[in-house]
Amino acid sequence: MAVPKICGIETEFGIAHTGAEDANPITASSLLINSYLSEVERTGEGGPAKGVSWDFEDEKPGNDIRGIAPPGSLAPEMETHLVNAVLTNGARYYVDHAHPELSTPECSNALDATRYDKAAELILIRSMEAAAAVLPPGQALVVYKNNSDGKGNSYGCHENYLMARTTPFSHIVVHATAHLVTRQIFTGSGKVGAEAPGLTTREVPFQITQRADFFEEEVGLETTLKRPIINTRDEPHADARHYRRLHVITGDANMSEVATFLKVGTTAVVLAMVEDDFLAREFRFRSPVQAMRQVSYDLGLAAPLEMADGASATALDIQWDLLDQARKYADSHGLDAVGGPVGEMVLDRWEQVLAGLEADPVSMAGQLDWVAKHRLVQGLAERHGLRPDDARLAALDLQYHDLRPERSVAARAGLEALVSPLDARSAVSEPPSDTRAYFRGQCLKRWASSIVAANWDSVVFDVGEEPLRRVPMMEPARGTAAHVGRLLADCDTAVELLARLRDQQTR
Amino acid sequence: MAEREQIKKPAPQREHSEAPEAPAASGQGEELKAELDDLLDEIDEVLESNAEDFVKSYIQKGGQ
Repeated sequence: MAVPKICGIETEFGIAHTGAEDANPITASSLLINSYLSEVERTGEGGPAKGVSWDFEDEKPGNDIRGIAPPGSLAPEMETHLVNAVLTNGARYYVDHAHPELSTPECSNALDATRYDKAAELILIRSMEAAAAVLPPGQALVVYKNNSDGKGNSYGCHENYLMARTTPFSHIVVHATAHLVTRQIFTGSGKVGAEAPGLTTREVPFQITQRADFFEEEVGLETTLKRPIINTRDEPHADARHYRRLHVITGDANMSEVATFLKVGTTAVVLAMVEDDFLAREFRFRSPVQAMRQVSYDLGLAAPLEMADGASATALDIQWDLLDQARKYADSHGLDAVGGPVGEMVLDRWEQVLAGLEADPVSMAGQLDWVAKHRLVQGLAERHGLRPDDARLAALDLQYHDLRPERSVAARAGLEALVSPLDARSAVSEPPSDTRAYFRGQCLKRWASSIVAANWDSVVFDVGEEPLRRVPMMEPARGTAAHVGRLLADCDTAVELLARLRDQQTR
Repeated sequence: MAEREQIKKPAPQREHSEAPEAPAASGQGEELKAELDDLLDEIDEVLESNAEDFVKSYIQKGGQ
């Protein structure tokens, strides 16, 4: 049986410092995050624990799932000196590669991942407001939830999925590639123009995704250069004997909640099917990298993708096949690994969206980012008689992702919501109850002054006695409300908690 | 081009066959058009006034 597909989303945001000469994106990102941390500390909302820093003890982003990385592979560097906070909702908020980045807490299902993704937007909005209050008049920090500056520079929105270590990596590569290439038809956030070498707005006035232009390899370790469709980083942040974490780097940052929900939900289902060895049929592209772009450039969703065996199929064909398999999988295996009822919701939505895209993509303008954006770009071009390379269309593209409520185009585009405002608000400070993020978040809420550091798989306490106490959390599905809720409620202090944990260990 | 076998999508034995709403028929089309017009009015108002400068100045460092 597939292990629970515990998942999370990490988003690098675009940032602009307006009204400032010689703005520096690293300084701007630090200021943005520090402003937020000060603000929630000041208002006592239990947002982050300011004194608590990220613990890099177990970070090994250079490890390769294939064992030894091929010569010339560039392992990601860690920037340990920049602002790096852990929030009480279990998220990590930090500066990475000159961008503010927020990683959601671990979630047990796609709906929760969507909720925490929405909460991340609220956190960034609050950060912009807090920064405005400390910046000189006329200056502001503006955050964009997109993946490209339109000039060839890309930054990512990554997903993570818990996988069983026993699953052969080659199986993951085949099926995940088929899905990642073809799911673009609903995960794309849309982009005016193209950034792949040799292509301009003339050849590609509009494409489905932000990211497809930036993928050059099929499988590899890199994330910033020669990006691969399947990333091999082997850093499970969990018991490595049992688990790996599939780090998916192909996705777009979505403004649409339906798109985020399906991006995570369908991928989790496909990975569960891989793990249970359920997918008999393989879709191997002749050139996955080329297929990735072909899908992104084909707004009519009709382009046949060449298969290695000489056959061909459209992205929709492959998605319909995966959905049919998923229905059968649900009947034979159940959907417990992907959130039970939420898994059912994923399959229904998946079907609805594929049917809508097949009938007429524009029918999905209220559900999918690329359709919504394309409709507006076309509408604006018609209204003002603009050529495809007019700066106003590129501006509209950027502003679709502007997180400022008073400027955001996405917020005006009539996108269907899946998360209530109240649920999103509570996710800003409350951790999910059914993953280890619960333990991390609750400890930070209650005993931040006794915690010196935290990361995905541990919390380090300092209760005045030497040495520091590290509480490991190597099992992502433990540390839930059901598991430790009672224990936490019974403890008044961190000292008590540590004593109780020690008793449990020695007993 | 060599002959290719078209992979047909499996015959739609889509169990939950509540057909998704058909794309807007012509009556609805008018409505959608009006709605898009309103939306574009609003967008015209919030769009950065100097699009050229705005787009040019939006430069990011590459990330992951």
